Amino acid sequence: MTYEIVIAGFGGQGVMLMGQLLTYAGMIEDKHVSWIPSYGPEMRGGTANCSVIISDEQIGNPIASEPTIVVAMNLPSLDKFEPLLKTNGTLLINSSLIEKKASRKDIQVYSIAANEIASDIGNPKVANMVVLGALIAATKIVKRESLLKAFAKLFEKKQISGLLEINETAIYRGAEGIAV
Amino acid sequence: MMEKIFGRPESLLDVPFHYCPGCHHGIIHRLVAEVIDELKVRTSTIGVAPVGCSVLAYEYFNFDVYEAAHGRAPAVATGVKRVLPDTTVFTYQGDGDLAAIGCAEIMHAAIRGEKITTIFVNNAIYGMTGGQMAPTTLIEQVTQTSPYGRNQDIVGMPVKMSEVLATIDGAKFIARVAVNNPANMAKAKAAIKKAFEIQHQGLGFAMVEVLSTCPTNWAMTPVQATKWLEENMIPYYPLGIIKSPEEVAK
Amino acid sequence: MSEKIIMKGNEAIGEAAIVAGCRHYFGYPITPQTELTEYMAKKLPLVNGVFLQAESEVAAINMVYGAAGTGARVMTSSSSPGISLKQEGISYIAGAELPCVIVNMMRGGPGLGSIQPSQADYFQATKGGGHGDYRNIVLAPNSVQELVDFTILAFDLADQYRNPVFVLGDGALGQMMEPLEFKPLEVKSVEKPWAANGLGTRKTPNVINSLYLKPEQLEAHNVKLQKKYQLITENEIRWEEQNTQDADLVIVAYGITSRIATSAMQMARADGLKVGMLRPQTLWPFPCEPLNNLADKASAFLTVELSAGQMVEDVKLSVNGKKPVYFYGRTGGMIPNPKEIYQEIKKIYGMKEAK
Repeated sequence: MTYEIVIAGFGGQGVMLMGQLLTYAGMIEDKHVSWIPSYGPEMRGGTANCSVIISDEQIGNPIASEPTIVVAMNLPSLDKFEPLLKTNGTLLINSSLIEKKASRKDIQVYSIAANEIASDIGNPKVANMVVLGALIAATKIVKRESLLKAFAKLFEKKQISGLLEINETAIYRGAEGIAV
Repeated sequence: MMEKIFGRPESLLDVPFHYCPGCHHGIIHRLVAEVIDELKVRTSTIGVAPVGCSVLAYEYFNFDVYEAAHGRAPAVATGVKRVLPDTTVFTYQGDGDLAAIGCAEIMHAAIRGEKITTIFVNNAIYGMTGGQMAPTTLIEQVTQTSPYGRNQDIVGMPVKMSEVLATIDGAKFIARVAVNNPANMAKAKAAIKKAFEIQHQGLGFAMVEVLSTCPTNWAMTPVQATKWLEENMIPYYPLGIIKSPEEVAK
Repeated sequence: MSEKIIMKGNEAIGEAAIVAGCRHYFGYPITPQTELTEYMAKKLPLVNGVFLQAESEVAAINMVYGAAGTGARVMTSSSSPGISLKQEGISYIAGAELPCVIVNMMRGGPGLGSIQPSQADYFQATKGGGHGDYRNIVLAPNSVQELVDFTILAFDLADQYRNPVFVLGDGALGQMMEPLEFKPLEVKSVEKPWAANGLGTRKTPNVINSLYLKPEQLEAHNVKLQKKYQLITENEIRWEEQNTQDADLVIVAYGITSRIATSAMQMARADGLKVGMLRPQTLWPFPCEPLNNLADKASAFLTVELSAGQMVEDVKLSVNGKKPVYFYGRTGGMIPNPKEIYQEIKKIYGMKEAK
């Protein structure tokens, strides 16, 4: 099994971190993993996306040119990456920022109102973690525990109290809030 | 038994210089060697030679020497000194090397306060390539590439590198000297010694600019050349200590 | 036992250099390798090393010349336009036979080009780049793990042969994150009696130099260099083959391109086409003989590069007319997808059948 995932959005939405967490979680599960970003020269505000490959086999091309999963965090990302999805692929839309519906019929579409849920939890910044929670619930790419372990590992040096807890909540709420 | 009152400094190898008759490089080499001997640092000294007439300096000094690319001696010296902070590191550069192609390297070595010493030999001309105009060539001075005399409207005024470098905080000692007579030679040696001491004290960058003749490319006899230096170079490039830590303290 | 960690390619190179005993780094910021410069800025002071941001790439490589001459393990890194600026110093380093490691994370050119991945500096890295008859050893990793392994190897080869060694990557490899591990290693300490580090108890001065004014002497120096390059060619060619045993068509690709070409090869194999791959891990010395041997069995070669066709010249020299050599390349920072490469494969099969 090979997952080829594109996560795309505005710079600042945390798409790079989402990809890195998935990559870490995949490694924790002894999968072959790779992460590669794609962005323009601007430091903030531009569009950004990353490719994540999680596979049972050695990874050739690290760039998901025909993704099996696309996570669209904003409208330009939906417009750009929906057409590239493989047939029977999975599309996850952040419905807080994207009103438009998916146009293809040969794919699985899920949506998550990530920003509303994040605000509801009390921290708009965890919208990306809400999406990740929804993503792993919908696709089972990695286990939730692996994602939490990955989070703990990546943030082990940041001594912010409650950081892990709120992100854990976001992941749970994302799994619950997913809509088909 | 007779007392030996004059001899070859240990820091100079017993080989004849290739320099033209009347050229001041030989004297300047000797002064540097004497200072290294007197400071007793020969076995921990590393020199960096430039591209120019003194390109072969490594054949004359009796300590480790690097031959650097044109203008890059201060960068090479930085690399050496950053690995071996306890050694004595100096660059020996001409005016084309330091003031033209190597302007960025010397400026930034000074800006970093690099703990190295630079001996800057200014003879107002490119010697090794056969007498072309340098950034230090005087107004109206005729060279192979300023055959009608240096024209300010075309190439600007000759640059006073010592004064330029003295404005930089990391440069702690800057002096301009000449070796046209014994009195000036003594002053030159004192300045060179001071420039090495500044390095040993870890204060920062130090440079001594030494005005020098180039009888061959100036097309003069050695005596004429020394006179030309006194009448033309010294008035434009005044001698003296331009910056020193004592002055900074004032 | 070492634990698997995930690092970005550029940072992995930095960590590998430190593991290899490099304590001196001189560099200048340029995308897409700046993370390496920043990593060294952060980490070297913590291990009593020296990080220095130079005023230019020209100065940085000359600082490397100075540091390498003392016998220290030293590294610089840049990306294409910056590597062009370093060529003067690299020629001097090669001439003076100093060991050092130079990392080039290639980006699109010519000129200011782009900041996207490219492999268009192949000629520059393998054929000289600077002036004079000299060679760099050029290592071409294709994963973050190999960035680590080859960086460490680069320091060993540099010391062993007193030669500049390139780690030639690209913007994609530098930005990638993959799992990696640091295998336990013994840093080989090499005697450097030639180092100009102050006389100490030595009687004869050491001179770091590439100037030989007498033609007889300079020729002798060149003959000596060429003997060394011959020795490196005999000992240090590295490459990897996949599916070449029964291959009709052999893809030749290195670095990030070899990863994409692997996926194309798998697509072809799934369709029953006997496609294999030879991946040079050293670009100089180049795996001429392995390719020439494959030319006895395979019917054709396809070189894939992120350039307008550079390595393909070495592939042709190696195959030496035995079999056709085809080329597919993208430039300017464009990266082909596996399907595109598979299309090229099918075209070649079509051409073969048409014959």
